[in-house]
Amino acid sequence: MRAVRSTVIGLSTVWLLATAAGAAAQPAESARFGFGRPATETEIAALDIDVGADGAGLPAGRGQATDGALVWARSCAVCHGASGEGGTAGPVVGRGHGRPTVGSYWPYATTLWDYINRAMPRNRPGTLSADDVYGLVAWILAKNEIVGDTDVMDAETLPAVVMPARDQFVPDDRRGGPEVR
Amino acid sequence: MPKNPRPTSRLSRRELIAGTVGAVATAPLAAQQQAVETTRRPGRGPNGLDQRSPFVTPRRDPSPTSSRTPLQDLQGTITPADLHFERHHGGVPEIDPDRYELLVHGMVDRPTIFTLADLKRFPAVSRICFLECSGNLRRGSAETLPQMVCGLTSQTEWTGVMLSTVLHEVGAHEGATWFLAEGQDAAVMTRSVPMDKAYDDAMIVYAQNGDALMPGNGYPARLLLPGWEGNASVKWLRRIELSDRPFMTREETSRYSEPVGEEGQIRQFSFVMDARSIITEPAYPTTLEPGWHEIRGLAWSGRGLITRVEVSVDGGASWADAELQAPVLPKAHVRFRHSWRWKGGPAEIMSRATDETGYVQPTWEALRAARGPRTRYHQNPVTSWTVGDDGRVLFGVERLRS
Repeated sequence: MRAVRSTVIGLSTVWLLATAAGAAAQPAESARFGFGRPATETEIAALDIDVGADGAGLPAGRGQATDGALVWARSCAVCHGASGEGGTAGPVVGRGHGRPTVGSYWPYATTLWDYINRAMPRNRPGTLSADDVYGLVAWILAKNEIVGDTDVMDAETLPAVVMPARDQFVPDDRRGGPEVR
Repeated sequence: MPKNPRPTSRLSRRELIAGTVGAVATAPLAAQQQAVETTRRPGRGPNGLDQRSPFVTPRRDPSPTSSRTPLQDLQGTITPADLHFERHHGGVPEIDPDRYELLVHGMVDRPTIFTLADLKRFPAVSRICFLECSGNLRRGSAETLPQMVCGLTSQTEWTGVMLSTVLHEVGAHEGATWFLAEGQDAAVMTRSVPMDKAYDDAMIVYAQNGDALMPGNGYPARLLLPGWEGNASVKWLRRIELSDRPFMTREETSRYSEPVGEEGQIRQFSFVMDARSIITEPAYPTTLEPGWHEIRGLAWSGRGLITRVEVSVDGGASWADAELQAPVLPKAHVRFRHSWRWKGGPAEIMSRATDETGYVQPTWEALRAARGPRTRYHQNPVTSWTVGDDGRVLFGVERLRS
């Protein structure tokens, strides 16, 4: 705690000096208010949990469907059903039109990782390990017949998974005006 | 001024006795009696926090995931903060403002952490605008209140700092094209927002109708994207990350996107709320008496100004322009009113909004024709209320059945 705090102060001082030097050279810089304090790498890392569609941000770890099955039964089945068919929460398995499931509707497998990691399970979000999340993602993808039962999901393989719905997504073309879109 | 409370009092008592003879006289008599009664005892003194009259009990309609503004109980255009609709995905977090921080990082020169006090030190801006959930339509049954039809919209005077001011402070890179907004609720809600919106009119707000934000609306600070679907105005904002691509979060891929057309296409990043209106009275469960009534409602557009609201009392066969209450503000609820004499007999009243782009609120059929049968968000059809021979007002659910 103490070490972290002194680091912050140290960086802050450097930043203020740099700002003062910059202000003299660049008048535009003087329009800043100087509010807030510099964020340290540690502080950023503590909150920067998002995972990009290209896999950026995926942590170390790995899992396959058999690992995920155990986590699913323990943490997910109560709401999403034993086989992912849905219950009090929506289904995660299925390809049919009109069912917005992973198999029919999700464009990126990495989004599964990001979402489960940040928000699931509903009653204890943020408590799953990276391996748990990789295993769950592998189980859900296998149930949807997008990967094989023994495929290992990790920071390398997950971004390479091509989801069935990937090419269905189109930008919003509504622009106002008389035409209904 | 002469004072003669006693004669008034005696008169009241006499009429009270007379009134017990015939029930017809009871209501006026009770009013007359009360008009005197309240003058006979001191009322409560000044208090620290006022509350509504015990006779006034507007309530949001809560479900497990949202609560809806009682549009039928409100006048004007500002939604009382405690009646603003709520929609959240992981419950309402309790946040200590003294331990609240906002991190801004990514494609910026100076990754920075702002306290709430820091945010409040920036030049402040107030803006009146609506918020609306893009899932704001229930078709229900004929016995449906305005609140249930589209109570996931509310209006507020928000106060905060322009996001562009904060971005200048941290030195946002020119190459940044999207930013991620992240909440600190149990859903750790995330949405990607184009930087164009950041520099146009996005705000970080900390006040709602002059007061601190209500917890359900993001206390102590939230993003505000005027005119855009409410979900993107991330509440309990803890982090903003600038990037050169969207983040493809769950809430902008598998949710808040909608199937369009017949070829399985899914429309993504459909942020703007198109023009819409609803008549808030008369509405179910009212029963009309023949005579003059004022048709009242709200109209709004996420693309700017409402320029026209038309009202029909014959199911769309003919339309008349309603009056718009000034000031008409962009991306804001506007109150419209139209006097109507109901002479008895069946009627169907409906409203249709037009915005400054020339967009006219579509019928349900036109929406379905344009998007196909599986569309699910951004449904803003013309809705109606039917009036029966007996004056009973019901939701025109048949218009939304095709």
